[in-house]
Formats: sequence, structure tokens, C-alpha cells
Amino acid sequence: MRLRQLALFAALMAIWYVATSPTLLPPIYFDNPDKAAFFFGEPLKVLEQMWIWFSSGAIYPHLWVTLVETVLAFLVGTVLGLVMGLWLALSTTASALLDPYIKALNSMPRVILAPIFGVWFGLDIASKVALGVTLVFFIVFFNVYQGVREVSYTVLANARILGASDRQLLRHVYVPSAMSWVFASLHNSVGLAFVGAVVGEYLGSSRGVGYLILQAEGTFDINAVFAGIVVLTVFALLLDWMVTLAERRLLVWQPRGGETEKI
Amino acid sequence: MPGEVSALALENIRVTFVSQDGARYTAIRDTTLRVAPGEFVSVVGPTGCGKSTLLNVAVGLLQPSSGDIRVFGQPLSGLNRKAGYLFQSDALMPWRTALDNITAGLEFRGVEAHEAKRQGEGWLQRVGLAGFGDRYPHQLSGGMRKRVALAQTLILDPQLILMDEPFSALDIQTRHLMENELLEIWSANRKSVVFITHDLEEAISLSDRVVILSAGPEAHPIGEFEIDLPRPRDVAEVRLMPRFIELHTRIWHAMKAEVLKSYAQHKQ
Repeated sequence: MRLRQLALFAALMAIWYVATSPTLLPPIYFDNPDKAAFFFGEPLKVLEQMWIWFSSGAIYPHLWVTLVETVLAFLVGTVLGLVMGLWLALSTTASALLDPYIKALNSMPRVILAPIFGVWFGLDIASKVALGVTLVFFIVFFNVYQGVREVSYTVLANARILGASDRQLLRHVYVPSAMSWVFASLHNSVGLAFVGAVVGEYLGSSRGVGYLILQAEGTFDINAVFAGIVVLTVFALLLDWMVTLAERRLLVWQPRGGETEKI
Repeated sequence: MPGEVSALALENIRVTFVSQDGARYTAIRDTTLRVAPGEFVSVVGPTGCGKSTLLNVAVGLLQPSSGDIRVFGQPLSGLNRKAGYLFQSDALMPWRTALDNITAGLEFRGVEAHEAKRQGEGWLQRVGLAGFGDRYPHQLSGGMRKRVALAQTLILDPQLILMDEPFSALDIQTRHLMENELLEIWSANRKSVVFITHDLEEAISLSDRVVILSAGPEAHPIGEFEIDLPRPRDVAEVRLMPRFIELHTRIWHAMKAEVLKSYAQHKQ
């Protein structure tokens, strides 16, 4: 399967290369042979651009900024979501009072807040973190809320009969149960923290990978735009892989398929 | 046993549930059940007759609509701190290992970690799970999980053990093994037991006394039988004794009408 995946990748790259190369094919759609390359970039030039970025080290400060924004947005959003989710799930009054507001905030397209955050928190990383937090918060919040609500009645009753106080119930039953839901949403929330960071940069900043892409667009350097996109994609895959590793470590108690040994 | 304080006394219990649309459902009425210290009592009844409701009342998870509950002479308020409860379904915390599940009660009570661990290891051994302490519940079989649950309840040394069809989900061989283990552990230091089951044979082979509940709604006791089979018993062998068959015939006779009634209700 790996081989076939690689073959598909090579084929797609070849098509891209052939279709955008100014000399290989007679112009089919565009009247000028350079136009295809102008609109879609050229794979070799994209690679070259990435090579320049990484070999000169020019991209590292931008990547670093984006990474810091992502991690901060993820951490702050998760902690806030966890606390609010636990609070609202366990307090019927609070959840009844705040329910319509939560729903309204969640259905609002929050990316639109980016310019406001820019005004409030300036063009530095704070405004990007704020945008990421609003995206991450709701994912975590709803998962924690659900997690607490779905705690098995039997497990809860059993813990109480075994002598757990309210505080111990929170620590030993509600939080572990909610955490499994949080981890289930980890891929989503890390992804959205990343989206928050990049979109924030794109809409107004002086550093970050989103800013690089915006710059390239401003000069119609389509190869650099594609190079930025590729870097972001690889980066996102890397983050996702780290989440998977964390998940494996932290959720050992959950059943996973295929734990048998093949002889 | 007159003069002796009952370990558990349920007096004239009535439980009526009111649903949100105002419909009433009386699960149990006029139920009196007294359990002497060290006595093993089974409550048998057809499915859906409110057996679990009765147990939930006894442990304090459910407030009866009327009636008194006394535990060793003291009126019950809140959860029954003298009772251990073995649930029908899985009640282990899936995020804790077998050992951590067993020691959970000690931990909640503030027992020192390594002392709790020492006792937990001892109980793992007693329920035949030595070496399985670091497994998570999902890595254990149904029978093993029941053993963990049993150890989790008994490690706190409750004066009163309430069991709600604990072995009903197990296959018959595992079940006999577990029943024998339960009898062995119980006879080592006799505590009072209330054992709920729908399986008459299980009830007779384990108990000192069997109480029959009528079919629901408005379930109430309709008969009580002393089981005078000799102890120690082997639950598989005791079933072959003539006295067992005699008792079984008599009790089944008393139960039959109720079972048929319940069957007719559930068929609709």
C-alpha cells in the first residue's frame, strides 16, 4: 500500500510538472505558454524556493512564531474549555443560564473576530493566540461537557458507595472520563489552533508562515505561495503525528483494535 | 432471632416513581425484609419485579416513598456507609488498573498509598488474579472483572454486602467458580449478605434464606424459605442433593404463578 501511495504521489507530481512546464506541452487552454506556470506554479521551482528558505534559515523564525502561537492557543483553549466544560456540566444553574450564549458564540463564524482581535491585542502573537483559543475552546468545551454527562451511572454510584467525596468524584471520575473525550478531539483542536495561528497571520502580522504566504501573494510569486502551503501541510502532519504519540501514552486504558499477536 | 439487632431492616418499604408527565409507577409496596448479622439472604423474583430497586433503597441511592430503613439499629440517612455494593453491570473505573480499582475505596478513605497497595495485592491473590494487577479492565475477561469488583467491595470490609445479580452476565462454569469463591470468602468472616438474583438455583445453593418477590408492578414478598442445606457447600454438587431438589420444587411452586404473570405482562 505504501508503494502505491508513493506511486500516486509521483504521478500527481508528474502531471503537475508536465502541465505547467511552458515548453513540454502545446498550449491547450491558455493562449500564452507561460500562463499555466503563472497560475499553478512549477513543482521544481516550489522545491527550490523551499530549499532556499531552509538552507538560508530564513524560514525558521517564521515557523517558530507560528509554532508558538499554535501551542499557546492550544494550551489556553484546552484549559479554558476543560474548566468551563466541567463547571457547566456539573452545575445545572450555570448551564441553564449560559446555554443560549454558548450556542450563539459557537454558531458564530469566529474567524471574523480576527480583525477585532488585531485591534484589541495588536499585530503581535497575542491576537493570533486569541483567535486560535476561540476555535479550540468550543471543541474542548463541548467534548468535556459531553464527557461529564456520559459518565456511566454505575461507575459514579460505585465510586460514591466506595466512599468518594464530591471532590474525589471530580478528580477520579469526572475528569478522567472527560479527558478521554478531550483526547478524542485532540486532533481537531490542534488542527484548529494551527488554523487560528495561520489565518491570524494572514490577516495582519509581520512574522509567521501565514505572513510569508501573504507576502508572496503580494508579489504574485505563486511558487512561494505553494511552497508556503507545502511547508504548512508538512508541519500540520507533524503536529498530528505528535498528538497521536501523546494519545497512545495517555490513553493506555482504552481498548484499541488489534491487540492480538499474529503467529 | 428475637432480641438481636438486624444488620439491615427494611420496614414497610414503598417505592413510587413519578415520571415527568405525572404518571405514577409503584415498583414496590409493603415490603419488609430483615437480615440478621452473618446471614446470607437471597431475594428472588421474576424479571422487572423491582429487586434492584429494593437494593438501591438499602444502599441509600434511592429514597423510598415511605417506610423505614435501619442499619444495625440506626436509621439510614444518605448513603449506607456500612454496606458494600456489587453491581450487575461493570462498575470498575476503566481508567484505573485492576489494582488501582481494588484500592480505590481505601484511597478515598485516606489510607496511605503503600498500605493500600499491600492490602490490594493481598486481595488480588485472594480472588485469583495475582499478576494481573497492572491490567486495565478492558484487558480482563468478564469473570476477571467481576473478581476485581468483588475485591474492590470486600477490601473495605463492609458489615453488609449487597449484590445485584452480580454473576448474571457470566457463563455457567465461570459462574459456579465465582459462587464457590464467594461462599469461601464469605464463610471466612461471616458478614450479612443480600443477594439479588432471578436464578432460583443460584439463590438456594448460596443462601441461608430465600425471599420470593411477586411480579411487578407493586412487587411485594410472597414467601420465605429457610435453606437448611449443610455448609460448606459446593454450588455444583449441592444441586444434586435430594433436599435441594425438594426445596427447589417447593419454592418453584410458590414462584410459578408470579413468573407466568410477569411473562404475560412482558409479552404484550
